[in-house]
Amino acid sequence: MKPATAIGEGPAPAEPFRQAMDSGELLLVVGAGMLVVAAVAQTAAVGLIQPRIALAFGALIAFGEVLRLSLEGGREAAPIGSAGAFAYAVVLTVGGHAATQPALQVIAVVAVGMVLGALPHLAAGRPAGLAGIASRLIAVAVVAALFRPLSTDLPPITKPRDWGLALAAMAAVLIAGWLAECLISALISADALRARFRVALWDELRVQLPLGAAVAATAILIAFAADMMGLVALGVFIAPLLVTQVAFRRYAGIRATYLETVRALARVTEVGGYVEDGHARRVGRLAVVVGRELGMSEPELLELEYAALMHDIGQLSLRDPIPGGATVLASPEQQRRIAELGASVIDQAGVLDGVAEIVRYQSWPWRGRDREPPVGSRIIRAANAFDDLVGASAETSRTMAALEWLRLDTATEYDPRVVDALAKVAGRRHRSHR
Amino acid sequence: MLTGTGHRSNGGRASRLSPAAWLYVAAVVASALALLGQALGADPDLDVPARQAWTMLVLALLFLICDSAPTALASRQSAWSPSSSVTLAAVVLIGPVGALAVGATSLLSVRRGLDLTQRVFNASMYGLSAYAAGEAYLALGGHVGHPSYQSFPGIIGPFAVAAVVHVFINHGLLWGMLMLVPAAEPGQPAGALQRHLPMLFLSDLGYATLGLLIAALWSVGGAFAAVLVLVPLFVARWAIGQFAAQERAYAATMAALCQAVETKDCYTRGHSERVSRGSAMIAREVGMRSSRVEAIRYAGMLHDVGKLGVPTTVLQKSGALTEEEYAAIQLHPMRGLAIVREIGFLDEALAGIMHHHERMDGRGYPMGLAGDEIPEFARVIAVADAFDAMTSNRSYRGARSVDDAIADLRKWSGTQFDPALVDAFVAALRREGWDQPLSAAPQSADDVAAQDHDDPTAPLRVVETW
Repeated sequence: MKPATAIGEGPAPAEPFRQAMDSGELLLVVGAGMLVVAAVAQTAAVGLIQPRIALAFGALIAFGEVLRLSLEGGREAAPIGSAGAFAYAVVLTVGGHAATQPALQVIAVVAVGMVLGALPHLAAGRPAGLAGIASRLIAVAVVAALFRPLSTDLPPITKPRDWGLALAAMAAVLIAGWLAECLISALISADALRARFRVALWDELRVQLPLGAAVAATAILIAFAADMMGLVALGVFIAPLLVTQVAFRRYAGIRATYLETVRALARVTEVGGYVEDGHARRVGRLAVVVGRELGMSEPELLELEYAALMHDIGQLSLRDPIPGGATVLASPEQQRRIAELGASVIDQAGVLDGVAEIVRYQSWPWRGRDREPPVGSRIIRAANAFDDLVGASAETSRTMAALEWLRLDTATEYDPRVVDALAKVAGRRHRSHR
Repeated sequence: MLTGTGHRSNGGRASRLSPAAWLYVAAVVASALALLGQALGADPDLDVPARQAWTMLVLALLFLICDSAPTALASRQSAWSPSSSVTLAAVVLIGPVGALAVGATSLLSVRRGLDLTQRVFNASMYGLSAYAAGEAYLALGGHVGHPSYQSFPGIIGPFAVAAVVHVFINHGLLWGMLMLVPAAEPGQPAGALQRHLPMLFLSDLGYATLGLLIAALWSVGGAFAAVLVLVPLFVARWAIGQFAAQERAYAATMAALCQAVETKDCYTRGHSERVSRGSAMIAREVGMRSSRVEAIRYAGMLHDVGKLGVPTTVLQKSGALTEEEYAAIQLHPMRGLAIVREIGFLDEALAGIMHHHERMDGRGYPMGLAGDEIPEFARVIAVADAFDAMTSNRSYRGARSVDDAIADLRKWSGTQFDPALVDAFVAALRREGWDQPLSAAPQSADDVAAQDHDDPTAPLRVVETW
């Protein structure tokens, strides 16, 4: 799993290696690398225990790594590989004989399998996904380190009375491993995207829960079934997980197409000459960054991005474009009409009620109405004004002037918290430009 | 496993079933009952060991849990549930007749919106597929009962065949039913289900293999192991459900945005959606595969997005156009392409949008391509586009009848339209019919245009400047 990056960042350029690895990711990869070196060295020194079992699990893990999957928010998962790796960490008996691999051997075998599985991705010119591999590996390491020492003390699962204890132990360590993986991903995305850690962790847990549950349940099932079926259990399990994988892949695909389509169709206002080139996209990106700064969660950010992209769609219903397209200079009455028209267009879809509401209240001032407009509307109001004033220009003086202009109106028009966040974000952008 | 669902939306109740459909349902139910009767007749004293009865009860319960929480598919006429793994476990643990009984418990499904006919049909369908799978399993030497160490890997071959048989018969029987029942929503024929079929087929096969696992774990952990098996099943169900929901949301959003584009001209309201539907009709008629039909559906929807780049005054001008104005109109497919290019579409859909105003004789725009040079998608959209323009109301004339429009399509077939596609469209129209738009009244005198760039009966008039 890779930390979230996609929302609001636009399509990332495909590079074979991530040339600009964030410091957090680098730390993670180096840490995991050292662990792997130690594990491989130790395993080489004592020799591979039960090489047939190791080979079978290693092959499954490599295969699963080839079939990586992207989840929402640009995350990456390898459910088949993870299930195989977790199963190897918790398997007690294979075909009636005790499985005795130590924790370090588990780490070594899993690491080799994952790296081998990453090679085809490299050959196809896709990113190696080292950070994702590292966090998956650490989750396995946590499980193996907790469970392998226990494994000799657990009663054999072939006795009908006693398998409950083994099951409980497996479930507990797998949950610990899953939490570790989510924690790492949240730390990294908090570091890379400046998301708030608590929000990032919550997003991570939410997105990973369904697949994580399927992976953990499958790992336990493999471990149990291997007792009777032997290594055949691995083969039997590939098929159902493949299906889950297909379903998730199509789900991720339609989500991506959805966002892409809204991004593209938001440009109709530009092609129609209603707004400046790139306005919708810039407001969308700015709104998301500001929203993240204010601690919004991923689903909220997605809604905000849709609303920001479509905030000017109501202008299509105007007979003549507003001169220059800048709604910030339009009369309040006209702003209200555009917002209403836009919201009614989005309402038509019947599935984006939250988005329609954000668009509807974008024309409301922060104060002075009977109630506050939703935070998304306040963000879009400020981001739209900022972009109308600054446009595509990256001049510091223009940015400063626009921010000053917004600040002067924080008494009624613009939410001061939003303007502060906007100033922070704009400042960061200027620093990174230099 | 696929099931028929109650389509409450417009009262597709059993009473509306055609005689052919009734006959079909009766045949399926009768064969299921006959099999059950035969099996009971062969073993009249019904001496079921208590252990097996307990297994059957738990399996039936498991089956009901799976079956009662299905995922509605896009077509809303059918649903998918992961219950096939339970029936296949029953095949191994208690044999064909037991599996039939487990499948038949679908009668008691707590799902809402099912009437008695649907319940009886579903139960018979499951019973039949389970029984057939059980017979296939036995015929290939599979052993009924709790698998042991010695059963593996020998059990895998018969089980795999049983799974394939089960899935085939389930899908086949349901497909037959869908063919006989008219679609609940006219815009969403069985084709919507067809798009999902390959994936459903695969998922059913994949989850069928879990049946072997339930059976194998039964001897280790008893019923509890089977509960663990449900976790991945429900996750897959969730993912497929999410996918279907997203797909519906996507289509709805796209339609809403296209409608926003159309607000420029009240006469063209609904045009995009109808062109999308017409294009899909043609595409299906000429036998395009489902992914291409899907792509052309979206291409048809988006074909006129570029019109936004054309000033309203030009679009709605009633007099002859100047050279510049005509050039602006000729550019709209290119502008549309510029907007849509960034969507991860098939290239074919893009080509369809860009070239939908080319003519077979090479006198179209923007490139002046002729005959087979014009991409197939563009030729399809051109026919549907012109047909909808002719059958819609225009300020300068009323809507023409479908028959008149067909006559006109035929008249320009070969010069403007691809004759093969015109024939295909006419055939599809005759079979499926066409919903003509309700006449839209102009809102004000400003909105009146005297020509339409899509309408071959009123070609754009351009001022001759030389």
